[in-house]
Amino acid sequence: MDVLYIIFPMALVLAGIALAGFSWAAKRGQFDDLETPARRMLHDDFESKEQQADSTPPKNL
Amino acid sequence: MTSASPVFCAHCGLPVPAGLVVDGDDLQFCCQGCRAVYEAIHGAGLAGFYQLREDDDFDAESARTTGRGFEELDDPEFLESQTRARGALREMDFYLEGVHCAACVWLVEKLPTVLSGVVESRLDMGRSVVRVTWQPEQVACSVIAKMLDRLGYPPHPYRGGEETERRKAEDRRLLIRIAAAGALAGNVMAIAFALYGESGGLRIEEGYRQMFRWASLMLAVLAVLWPGATFFRGAISAIRTRTPHMDLPIALGLTAGLTGGAFNTLTESGHVYFESVTALVFFLLIGRFLQQRQQRAAWDALALLYSITPGAARLLEGDKVREVPLSTLQPGMHLEIRAGDSIPADGVLVEGQSDFDLSLLTGESRPVARKSGDTLHAGTVNLRARVVLQVETTGEETRVGRLMKLVEQYARRPAPVVQMADRLAGWFTLIVVSLAAVAWLYWNAHQPEQALGNAVALLIVACPCALGLATPLALVASIGRAARSGILVKGGDVLERLSKPGTLLLDKTGTLTQGVVSLIQWSPGETTVEPQLKADILALESHSSHLYARAFRRAWQDECDAFPTARAVKESMGRGLEGRVENRAYQIGAPEYLRQKGATFSAEMEQALSQCLQRALTPIAIVQKKQVVAIAGLGDPLKADAKQAVLRLQQMGWHLRILSGDHPQIAKAIGAELSLPEQDCLGRMTPEDKLLVVEQTPGPTVMVGDGVNDAAALAAAGVGIAVHGGAEASLAAADIFLNRPGLQRIADLAEGAQRVMNVIRRNLAVSLLYNIIGVTLALMGVLTPVWAAVLMPVSSLTVVSLSWRARTFDSIK
Repeated sequence: MDVLYIIFPMALVLAGIALAGFSWAAKRGQFDDLETPARRMLHDDFESKEQQADSTPPKNL
Repeated sequence: MTSASPVFCAHCGLPVPAGLVVDGDDLQFCCQGCRAVYEAIHGAGLAGFYQLREDDDFDAESARTTGRGFEELDDPEFLESQTRARGALREMDFYLEGVHCAACVWLVEKLPTVLSGVVESRLDMGRSVVRVTWQPEQVACSVIAKMLDRLGYPPHPYRGGEETERRKAEDRRLLIRIAAAGALAGNVMAIAFALYGESGGLRIEEGYRQMFRWASLMLAVLAVLWPGATFFRGAISAIRTRTPHMDLPIALGLTAGLTGGAFNTLTESGHVYFESVTALVFFLLIGRFLQQRQQRAAWDALALLYSITPGAARLLEGDKVREVPLSTLQPGMHLEIRAGDSIPADGVLVEGQSDFDLSLLTGESRPVARKSGDTLHAGTVNLRARVVLQVETTGEETRVGRLMKLVEQYARRPAPVVQMADRLAGWFTLIVVSLAAVAWLYWNAHQPEQALGNAVALLIVACPCALGLATPLALVASIGRAARSGILVKGGDVLERLSKPGTLLLDKTGTLTQGVVSLIQWSPGETTVEPQLKADILALESHSSHLYARAFRRAWQDECDAFPTARAVKESMGRGLEGRVENRAYQIGAPEYLRQKGATFSAEMEQALSQCLQRALTPIAIVQKKQVVAIAGLGDPLKADAKQAVLRLQQMGWHLRILSGDHPQIAKAIGAELSLPEQDCLGRMTPEDKLLVVEQTPGPTVMVGDGVNDAAALAAAGVGIAVHGGAEASLAAADIFLNRPGLQRIADLAEGAQRVMNVIRRNLAVSLLYNIIGVTLALMGVLTPVWAAVLMPVSSLTVVSLSWRARTFDSIK
């Protein structure tokens, strides 16, 4: 059972890392807008389809 | 022209008026705005927009483009104060009009491929705010704005940027605190489970026991000092200002739990209460977060209103015109207002005449003519010709400025929401901790070997998880359900307030009526040959895109699928039109005008005319050979379900009143159709009047509206409901947004809110009952800690499944 002395602090450290990761993301505004990104990813799908159908790049004005 | 199959606009998909259809053209447009935007999108190689839109539900909406130059954005002073530097790049936020579907996100974010020099463009769809980053030496700010405008999204520099950033930072901090509280609570709970085993008879070595207790003490101290500090700040200010505040019992409960546990850890006796303490911090913070989001929505409404008002004005100095920032305007100055401009300040028109869109203040979308000497208000839009305005008041002193201040005032009002559950949870913890102490003291005096076990069982079984979850879960579940059926609810407290019947104030246009001018009364004379007359009228009206012409087309297009060609059609503004069909000459227009021109009315026609006026319809006379041959009554008809919905709401105990911006006669006529008493149908209500009525109405108030003119009343009412098709500012000021029209849905909503409150009450009752029984058993010494630990999640699960299965908004289709 001595393994507890290692596992238990490790669990706390892992929780600390997860928390640090979350606050890193939150501070960079990853949770500011929860609506648009969900739609934006659909556009990637659309664009790759569009490029297969038509390989000319968009015109630059 | 004989084609009658409907033609749809290539840009927005709405039907094109027959008179505007260009024969032989593949691409047809309903208006110039749509044509310009369509060409701009294709010119930029972004035609994928249309394809993308097909895959997505979108609301057809005519495009708007102002064609402005946006030169004021290139002013060095503006660039310095309104844009931010990102290295060598500049960055700025624009509020965009006309963002309505996912394809818009794609189009707006394609900006960098269209304009070289634009580095990035990110759209926040919920707020319609785009953040653009560009290289200042390659592209000017005005060019970017012009491009957005050409694509059909007229941009406005987003104001209140600083405040928004501050609020965002606040949101992020709270999120991090919630995450910290959650991580700490999770770990403390895991440790607590290990310790429960001990009280159940399992043996834990002294070393582990102390390690666990000390570790959970430290985690709990961290939870209370960092994420939990909010409650202590609130409690301290409550003591200082001597006003009761929900943070006070919470802080007391937390302190009691923490010091009790710490004392027991130090003396190596008794039980530690850390799992309750940390879980409480976690769940209460979640409640706080939901509440804060709601207040942010109100703030967004305001920032939007500020953004729409123009930022620059054209100052006339002798013959010269100079663009100046609004802040420099002084009473007495003369400003040039061009077509398409919105008025920057309140004042008097001193030169020229034009039509104005006053919808911001009146909610009435029909243009209104104004001439020299008339008063103009800031925020209204000049539609036709250049005029000169003499400034009287500016900024916050203008009518729209005062309205915005009111919206702000009401938006700040704290919501009495989750507070009840919060307060309950705070006292609850305090009671539980003291009861545990009582149990321990009592059993210690009588049967010392059982004292610890009984006290622990009590603490475990009374864990406030279920209680803390009861309200938020029921609300979140039902708000989710409502959203799926097209009702967007901004916060839980809204449903609470909607569940008790009170006074329901209706803005007539848009809520009760269809919002479209239609043919309601058709009274042809006895001798009139009807089918031919209808076909002839359609032929004449197909040359006009006037609202009235559209009403005739909509009414008869099924009956007459072919009509002859009209010749020599002349339309005069505000009077009507005249023309010939084959050898028949007609005049169609306002009866009084035609009477002056010598048309004669038979007794039958006079009667039809007075009937029209009585019903508050706009009469139109059709004259042939100086004889009135028919009278048509045009108006805005009631929605099909309005009458039934009114009855339903009245049965639920709501008192309905109409607050309309229209003529009192029209409001009364609508009210009569719905059998509402006359004193409850108020007409010619200004935004200020509406606000006053809302304020003076005793008891719970619900305001339903759709215009900017309703925004202050919507914000002031207990619950503000904005309906589909309304102005964006009113959507933002309201608590609830209905994305499909109909009063029936408001009745559904009120019923749904009642069901939600029932679910919440049931949840609270279940969790309280569970806790009372558990605590009683533990006090009696019947419950062992292990059984308590097994039962604890059961109460939470009961509450979760009760919330989830509740059919709160299912009846709404």
